[in-house]
Amino acid sequence: MIKQIVFAIVFLITIGVFSYTISRIIRFFKLTKPNFPVKNIGKRFRVMLEVAFGQTKIFRRPVIGLAHALVFWGFCVILIGSIEMVLDGFFGTERILKALGIIYNIISASGDVFALIVAVCIAVFLIRRVFMHIKRFEGIEMKRISHYDANIALTMILLLMLSLLGMNAAYYQHQVLLGEGIAGTYPVSFFLSGLFSGLSEEAISHTYQAFWWSHILLIFVFANILPYSKHFHVFMSVPNVFLSRLDPLGKLPNMEDITREVKLMLDPEAAFSAPASEAPVERFGVKDVEDVSWKNYFDSLACTQCGRCTSVCPANITGKMLSPRKIIMDVRARMKEKGPGMIKNGKEYTDNKSLIRDLISEEELWACTTCNACAQECPININHPTLIIDMRRYLVMEEGSAPGELKAVFNNIENNGAPWQFSSEDRLQWANDIEMKIN
Amino acid sequence: METRKIDVPVMADLFARGEKPEYLFWVGCAGAFDDRYKKVAKAFTKILTHLNIDYAVLGKEESCTGDPARRAGNEMLYQMQALQNIELFKMYDINKIITICPHCYNIFKNEYPDLGGNYEVISYIQLLQKQIDEGNLKLDVSSLDNVTITYHDPCYLGRANNIYQEPRNVLKMLTRNFVEMGRNKSFALCCGAGGAQMFKEAEKGNKEVFIERTEDALKTDARVIATACPFCMTMITDGLKYKNKEEEIKNYDIAELIVQSLNL
Repeated sequence: MIKQIVFAIVFLITIGVFSYTISRIIRFFKLTKPNFPVKNIGKRFRVMLEVAFGQTKIFRRPVIGLAHALVFWGFCVILIGSIEMVLDGFFGTERILKALGIIYNIISASGDVFALIVAVCIAVFLIRRVFMHIKRFEGIEMKRISHYDANIALTMILLLMLSLLGMNAAYYQHQVLLGEGIAGTYPVSFFLSGLFSGLSEEAISHTYQAFWWSHILLIFVFANILPYSKHFHVFMSVPNVFLSRLDPLGKLPNMEDITREVKLMLDPEAAFSAPASEAPVERFGVKDVEDVSWKNYFDSLACTQCGRCTSVCPANITGKMLSPRKIIMDVRARMKEKGPGMIKNGKEYTDNKSLIRDLISEEELWACTTCNACAQECPININHPTLIIDMRRYLVMEEGSAPGELKAVFNNIENNGAPWQFSSEDRLQWANDIEMKIN
Repeated sequence: METRKIDVPVMADLFARGEKPEYLFWVGCAGAFDDRYKKVAKAFTKILTHLNIDYAVLGKEESCTGDPARRAGNEMLYQMQALQNIELFKMYDINKIITICPHCYNIFKNEYPDLGGNYEVISYIQLLQKQIDEGNLKLDVSSLDNVTITYHDPCYLGRANNIYQEPRNVLKMLTRNFVEMGRNKSFALCCGAGGAQMFKEAEKGNKEVFIERTEDALKTDARVIATACPFCMTMITDGLKYKNKEEEIKNYDIAELIVQSLNL
């Protein structure tokens, strides 16, 4: 009974802290701009099954991709066990899901095996990060704190898996010692239980309780650290895939405000018939974090800084400043910096800084070739190029700022309908002398 | 050998005679003005003629789609161009557009519909594939068999629109010596010219993107680097010059290779 009360208190504290964190994040979301409506639910489920649960994009790098996929699938299975632990905690039961019978054997066995697989994979990830020089994990945006963040999260997952295996092994040994039946199947912990063979009945019982509590407490702590870490990814990536932009990668979203203005310019008559727009004139494009859409911010929270985007970026490969990963990270950092001030003082709040220039330089933005390699590569369908274009839109349409050659291109298109300075009168000259052989 | 001059049909002339072609062949600014790419426009015109396709061009009435402006952030200028083009298409009742430039293809197919311009947009690569499938375009696989060909995927056919297989199918009808670069299809590296980069100096770095990509192509030992985009062509051709390989290795558009193969 005491265990149940203690558990209930701990659980409520966990939920309380978590709810506070999430409510803050929701308030940040309210500062963002609308984006595409979330329709095509059926298609979204398909994309989620394929890209998130099928891990199709992570397999674009097959070896390390497999390791990640195993961790992901392992988490899915182990999650069932964690839910069982919460139920056990509340009701004072022992392995409550054993009522499922044969299914419980499958769940417990796969959870037990996956705990070992995940532990091994996480160990590999840690070794890669700490001892191997992986170019993808470097870059100007990868500050010391980013590496700490990664290593802390990985260490916690490793501890989670070790405590889970310890718990299963102690449970196994406990039941054997007491001559009681074992609920579920534990192919890995069956071997590990030998480690506890010398323990007395009381000692093994305490060991089991110690593992049980450390595992569940680690989960609770982990869950509350995640939203402040790049590993918020664990919660946000599946929904982020569900909320993917479904348009072809080549398509840029249309700016309706501009369409209204251009239509008025092309047909001044319409100016009288069109109702005056009630909405205040908003800024064109993205200058600061209040201009980004909810999807941009969602992307930034789901990003785990894996750097696959940056590793395929032609600009980055050839030494330019642009790193698509940095653009996404900067959105999150800027919201963290400016968001609280905007919540307190309203959206007009300014700290005399902005996303463009203070965090993202013009040089970065102009280096993008819009080749979409970053978006193609992102395992959770983050779209970087649309955000980069939105920032270019701000620079060009609000500030008139662009590289000189591009201003010349704008002039040429406006005056003679081509990016080069040729007269439209000469547009058919190429066709003057086409001689075709008669075979 | 005897030759005959092709008179490219112009939309306005047909309109004046009360005729309407099945397709608009959208030449694009590069086809009209870029000296190297004009040859691709000509080559494709020969193919259209060879296939008896009922088409016309807009000629002097053609104007930039607005793609470079849009991707450089000038949405205002893009929409001005787009809405004017849409008006022009409406006037000529155009509903099928053939493009050779992938950037024009992408913007017509994916972005003009947002402004009310809905067309059947066909990349010349798709047209070639269809004509082969229907038996109208017969290619001899031995015609270019003595050359090894590799293919550089343009971003705006490939990643942007998932057209990966058609260009390969066509090239494999021309030669049995088709080789892939290490980075190909959705993994292909950009030539460095998209997103209006074509028209400006690259930002400071330690290498030009087109050199990096040309090196990918050189590693294959191919004798011909096939491209399907005017900007890619400029970049790859520049890359070959930079590497002093322009004598031994050639950069051709797929349309030009077909013309060579058919001896048109």
